[in-house]
Amino acid sequence: MTTTVPESQPRSAHQHGVRRIVLPVAVVLTVLFCLAPILWQLLTSFKTDAAIAEIPNVYFPRPDQLTLDQYQKLFERRPFFNYIFNSFLVSLASTVLALGIGAPAAYALARLKLQGERIMLAAVLIVTLFPPILLFLGLLDIVRYFNLGNNYLSLIIPYTAINLPLTILVMRSFFQQLPKDLEDAARVDGYSTPRMLLDIVLPMTIPALATTGILTFISAWNEFIFALTFITREDLKTVPVAGAQLGGASPFEIPFGPIAAATVLGTIPLVLLVLFFQRRIVQGLTSGAVKG
Amino acid sequence: MVDYVRAQERRTGWFLTIPALLVLALVFAYPILRAFWQSFFTINLGNQLTPAFNGLGNYIRMAQDGRFWNTLWNTTIFTVATVSLELVLGMGIALVLNQSFKGRGIVRTIAILPWALPTALIALAWTWIFNDQYGVVNDLLLRLGLISTGINWLGDPTLAMISVIIADVWKTTPFISILLLAGLQSIPGDLYEAQAIDGASPWQSFRQVTLPLLLPQIVIALLFRLAQAFGIFDLISVMTGGGPGGGTETVSLYIYSTVMRYLDFGYGAALVVVTFLLLVLVVAIATFFLNRSRKRASGAV
Amino acid sequence: MDKKLELVDLRKQFNAKVVPVKNVSLSVGSGEFLTLLGPSGCGKSTILRLIAGLEQPTSGQVLINGKDVSRLSPGDRNIAMVFQSYALYPHMTVRENIASGLKLRKTPSGEIQTRIQDVTDFLGLHDLMDRKPGQLSGGQRQRVAVARTLVRRPDVFLLDEPLSNLDALLREHVRAELKQLFGTQNTPVVYVTHDQTEAMTLSTRVAVLNNGYLQQLDAPERIYMEPANRFVAGFIGSPQMNFLQVPCESRRAIVGNHPIPLPRGANMPTEITLGIRPEHVHLAQSDHEPALDGQVFLIENLGMHNLVSVRIQGQGEPITVRAIVGIEHRLAIDSTVRLAFPPESIHWFDVSTGDRIQTASDSTSVVSPSVTPTSVTS
Repeated sequence: MTTTVPESQPRSAHQHGVRRIVLPVAVVLTVLFCLAPILWQLLTSFKTDAAIAEIPNVYFPRPDQLTLDQYQKLFERRPFFNYIFNSFLVSLASTVLALGIGAPAAYALARLKLQGERIMLAAVLIVTLFPPILLFLGLLDIVRYFNLGNNYLSLIIPYTAINLPLTILVMRSFFQQLPKDLEDAARVDGYSTPRMLLDIVLPMTIPALATTGILTFISAWNEFIFALTFITREDLKTVPVAGAQLGGASPFEIPFGPIAAATVLGTIPLVLLVLFFQRRIVQGLTSGAVKG
Repeated sequence: MVDYVRAQERRTGWFLTIPALLVLALVFAYPILRAFWQSFFTINLGNQLTPAFNGLGNYIRMAQDGRFWNTLWNTTIFTVATVSLELVLGMGIALVLNQSFKGRGIVRTIAILPWALPTALIALAWTWIFNDQYGVVNDLLLRLGLISTGINWLGDPTLAMISVIIADVWKTTPFISILLLAGLQSIPGDLYEAQAIDGASPWQSFRQVTLPLLLPQIVIALLFRLAQAFGIFDLISVMTGGGPGGGTETVSLYIYSTVMRYLDFGYGAALVVVTFLLLVLVVAIATFFLNRSRKRASGAV
Repeated sequence: MDKKLELVDLRKQFNAKVVPVKNVSLSVGSGEFLTLLGPSGCGKSTILRLIAGLEQPTSGQVLINGKDVSRLSPGDRNIAMVFQSYALYPHMTVRENIASGLKLRKTPSGEIQTRIQDVTDFLGLHDLMDRKPGQLSGGQRQRVAVARTLVRRPDVFLLDEPLSNLDALLREHVRAELKQLFGTQNTPVVYVTHDQTEAMTLSTRVAVLNNGYLQQLDAPERIYMEPANRFVAGFIGSPQMNFLQVPCESRRAIVGNHPIPLPRGANMPTEITLGIRPEHVHLAQSDHEPALDGQVFLIENLGMHNLVSVRIQGQGEPITVRAIVGIEHRLAIDSTVRLAFPPESIHWFDVSTGDRIQTASDSTSVVSPSVTPTSVTS
């Protein structure tokens, strides 16, 4: 032991030196990697058409190269607030539904020993891995059968379903951590099962519901293929689809400015969610994926 | 004596689970089963969409369908390239985020941003970045003197594939970083201290402590990403639409146009079935390794 | 004795292998403080949960005030329980926590007010009433949990290891408080713990459990003085009782060179288990005292005393005997000592069953509802 100490002393000092240079560089690279594409789009959305088309590219525009025109043009072309409203409505509704259906199931899977519990869990886990492309053909059938085309329900129902597995996994791992004593105490106090769930368990569940709800909302907001297939009416479209279809009058005239503006507007709600709930998102993702 | 406590628990349990099971059955089980059934029929414009039994006809057609094999090849390339790049990059970012430095909270927030944003809109951003005339990639390469004229990134099959891979790596690396970071944080610090006392170099402790203990998280991240990459649709659909010349067309895109453009439901169903089975196979293999790595990790500690 | 709470042949079986409670019968009278004591996994918590109605017995009955409540849900049994984690509802204030059980029973609000007033006076909780459990210290939470049960005025109080989440200093304090508090109640208390000090200090009677069986049900001093079997003898008392398995010859046990007469109760065994607590072993004063020679190999300082481990060379394997010796003796490692076993302090146990063998000094009416798996059918 004593002989290794003098040896390791200079090495660790050397390591600290390396760390002092490498770490900041790595941090800066990470930030650049994650932010640069978003910032470029943001910058583009505030540039004039001339500045957008200037070669070489303008990285630091002069004041006269900045404008809000791109946003104005976007709203002249398309009812973009309408899309945002649609996205918001569909995401919120499916989030509430996924929590309302998924949390009780998660509670049952965590607490009440059901027969076939393991099979159900395995099914839920496998289903999280299904890409939506495998489902849209069959869902098209259902949408046609119930005549749900161009109806918010054609999105709300599938979004609820594709978010259920994650909801169940995250909430289940939460319920497993919840001390069972509290439920026992409630029963000794004289709570019936429904009242216990509503008055005791639900209030304690709110933070976990918020965590899961944020993940559900994000994934519903971002969904593309169902929205592309089941909604064709312009005023019912959601942000991702409407954004993707922001073509020009001809295939050769691509409106980069308005597209950049649409990207910025369509991502703002999610950027805000991430800014405020970074911790919860990380927590939810990891408990959903790892503990499942 | 009948255990009424358990009986009541069970009743409550089913009451709470059945709505979820019904929704899952409707949106997951029905479409897959339906696709299996439809795949044995010809349902297309040729027969006015009236199903006609066709046995294994659709599958035989698929075996001879060059476009299908091409899309399968593209999907494989895309999946292997993105997942392995994301794993390496994600590990790097996770290691950085696991260090303590000023402003770590903000950097972590920034690092999950790409994951949270809508893929379709992000695809638009990358289309603009790779634009042949005004794209920032070409501009930077020109400024650095690496090229003399702008490259038409999305106009060449190989370059287009590289472009969508880069965009996807950017979009989904954060997901892997988050999972791996959680794994890193669960490794007890005294293991590293013990390594340091033994005189191990950082690389040695990474090999001997970090990697083996992180293996379960790595495999889980791999599992999720494999499945997602295999079903990639929105990113490529918006960036290239599968072009040029089918150079970036993946199985998902092919299924979509078979159904929505050519209205060939029977063949589309067969494609869904085969994709589903391939996915199950990939997941089964990954799960096998997951179990093995879990066993090893728990044996090691 | 009136039986406020009675367990009749109570059994809980989860599956063929897991049977945490095996045909336990006992009763608790008013004003009694009964402790269920045993190592983890002995079934004590399950018994408490069976009384509470949180579990349903596989067979047997739970009677409260002579009424079979086995099929009633916990809320309908008029029992109140303090949980190990206190189980205070985190989203409710202290007042709401205390009132919740009464409100559910549709107690008139005036009545609720006075009862809460009484209990808060009694426990000195006034300043805490509008706080949430998260803002309380461990001791305060414990007190609120107790208040929640007192306010209910139940037929039976159930307490599940209520002190185990407190640090050592506080625990002693709260223990004394609990004793005073429940001493003033006339309602029976059933208290679960694995801590023998808690059991000895708090209880009027102690039920020692092991492996799902009731081992002994007696007053604390009797449990210590006359343990019903080897398990109880070894579980109660710290440091643990010394056990020596010794051969017998013509109604005498051969311990070293000194035969010790066997107790009356023993029929002619060839071997017997001798038990003696370390605090009863002392250094031999004279050569006439029956004693064993041994060599000190470990000395542990307990403050006033030393716990001395002595290796004694017998016919076969050397045996270890531990003795509590005053520090004035200044023993050193490897020194040779003579250990004396006062005959009145020796406990005798059957080698095969582990049951206690009666001695002359035993109180005549040992009521041990004992004991071993084979003799439990009574």
